[in-house]
Amino acid sequence: MSSNSPIFELRQITKNFGKLTAVDHIDLVIAEGEFLTIVGPSGSGKTTIVRMLAGMETPTSGDLMLRGKRINDLPANKRPTCMVFQSLALFPHRSVGENIEFPLKMSGVDKRERRERALELLRQLQLPEDYYGKNVTKCSGGERQRVALARALAFDPEILFFDEPLSAIDYKLRKTLEKELKDIHRETGKTFIYITHSLEEAMVMSDRIGVLKAGRFVQVGTPDEIYSKPANKFIAEFMGDVNIIPVKSSGTGKLISPYFEESIVPPIGSDITAGYLVIRPEFLRFVSGKSDADNVIAGKLYNEYALGSRVQYQVRVGEHVFIVEKLRQQAPAAGTDSGVMIGWDAKDSVMVGN
Amino acid sequence: MGRFRLSQGLKCGLPVILFLLAGFVAPLLAVVTYSFMPPRSFGITNNPTLANYAEIFISNTYIAFYWSLLFAFITVSILTVICYPIAYGMVRVFGRWAAVITLLFTIPLFVSENVRLYGWVLFFIKNGVLLGSIRSLFGYNFDSLLFTKGMVLLGMVYVYLPFMLFPMSLGVAMVPNDTREAAADLGATRWQVFREIELPLSMPGAVIGLLLSFVLAVGSISESKILGGQVIIPITHDIEIAFTYAQNWPLGAALAVMLMVVVGSLVLIVLRRFDLDVILGKR
Repeated sequence: MSSNSPIFELRQITKNFGKLTAVDHIDLVIAEGEFLTIVGPSGSGKTTIVRMLAGMETPTSGDLMLRGKRINDLPANKRPTCMVFQSLALFPHRSVGENIEFPLKMSGVDKRERRERALELLRQLQLPEDYYGKNVTKCSGGERQRVALARALAFDPEILFFDEPLSAIDYKLRKTLEKELKDIHRETGKTFIYITHSLEEAMVMSDRIGVLKAGRFVQVGTPDEIYSKPANKFIAEFMGDVNIIPVKSSGTGKLISPYFEESIVPPIGSDITAGYLVIRPEFLRFVSGKSDADNVIAGKLYNEYALGSRVQYQVRVGEHVFIVEKLRQQAPAAGTDSGVMIGWDAKDSVMVGN
Repeated sequence: MGRFRLSQGLKCGLPVILFLLAGFVAPLLAVVTYSFMPPRSFGITNNPTLANYAEIFISNTYIAFYWSLLFAFITVSILTVICYPIAYGMVRVFGRWAAVITLLFTIPLFVSENVRLYGWVLFFIKNGVLLGSIRSLFGYNFDSLLFTKGMVLLGMVYVYLPFMLFPMSLGVAMVPNDTREAAADLGATRWQVFREIELPLSMPGAVIGLLLSFVLAVGSISESKILGGQVIIPITHDIEIAFTYAQNWPLGAALAVMLMVVVGSLVLIVLRRFDLDVILGKR
């Protein structure tokens, strides 16, 4: 998707810890100025990848290229990169200002200039200027977050890494900080590489998402591509509430499923003969007759959950539960335990392998 | 009797409180009271007097204070220089050997201090382990190394080393690895990481070790007696003499109180410079 030149390139990167292979022959090209998010469950190797990029681990094999130069053995303090840690790793014995100034002090910038730059960063991150002398341990979670980011920006790196910095923050503040981070990405134009276990978080911020499983990328693409065309069942499941139905070809151009009698019109262009049909909850709709959608199944409305602007329904078809999501104003009049028909169009479903 | 009900915490603390009252506060009060009694008296019901304190300031006991404080100070300085690298190594470098080294430093603690000091005597005495071996192997004859100030210092450094080392290594272990990595990531060289992050963040442990070994070293007596042959007379020796040979309990008590005041003020001065909460780990 990126027209920019590559800044970082991973060629067949592998990292073993003893007998464990944390990262397994990974290839990835990171474009200058992009916001790339690496998503994966814990233990998938995402932190290891970033620690290798930052210079805190050395790859077991493969080449790490920064603008075409191999940097496998370049130590962290010589790389134009900076990491915002999950723990933030603020220096507890230093004030907010001293924390932010730290990289400048290390490179020998004089005191007055350091202070000016720190105050500038405090303003940019919407922290009051009198926080300069504040004890960093006395700051709130969100403030500490901003201090950590300010400190990283003070280093003026070309690439910033984020190792799940928002995971310990409550939902509302996290949403705010996600947007702020994206704004700062725009303002600075730097390359951001972000790690999270939440695909939802990745969707909000990223230009591109790489989904990692057991040390390998399962899919790399724009949020849109990942959302609408998940590469396999793992990614589809990883995205949260979604309907995944095991299916196989009936031999007559249709699909059959063990969950119900009706045969299914497959999505166009799919050449998978046995796998899973993925249907997003918002693509399912309540219908009144067989002709209202490509596929229609009868079931029983089992339960409903209010999700703010949307309502989620559970519809039982035999033993299987379908999840349907509708905007509040499109909610059907049917009560629980009443028979309903749900339907979807073939174009709104995706076939995936395992 | 509802009014006298004790809170749960107080009930749990009661045994310790009683023990400390009987075993610590009462003797301390007795010593303080004795220090105000007339010289060479043995009761605590006489009219209070400052005669003992006057005696301390008139006489030359300041020399003993000087030796005690000076040797404690030198001991702690040497220990700081020796122990920090070992502590750092135990936490960061030695890996699984750290347990072995910890054990090596701990095992001698199971042997009485005096026995260990007499061990040193046998080692350094004329015709002892060291000099005897040199003589029989190389034919050189040295005078005994014992009964010198340097030997007293060696003994003190040796005896108080664990009390500096273990709090110090705890301090080094308290430095979060993240902060170390973050500093390097932000462009700090190894030396800068040490100076800016590791050293200040390990200070709480180091300060506890410093205070602990200083207080113990000021109160030391066996080293100067056994290894030093009384080449110096520490204040603890004066106190012991006052209570035993001289049979002047009030003077001994006054000396003890003076020592507590001097050491206590020094400790307070150090603690004022370091946040006690940080030292106790309540960040």
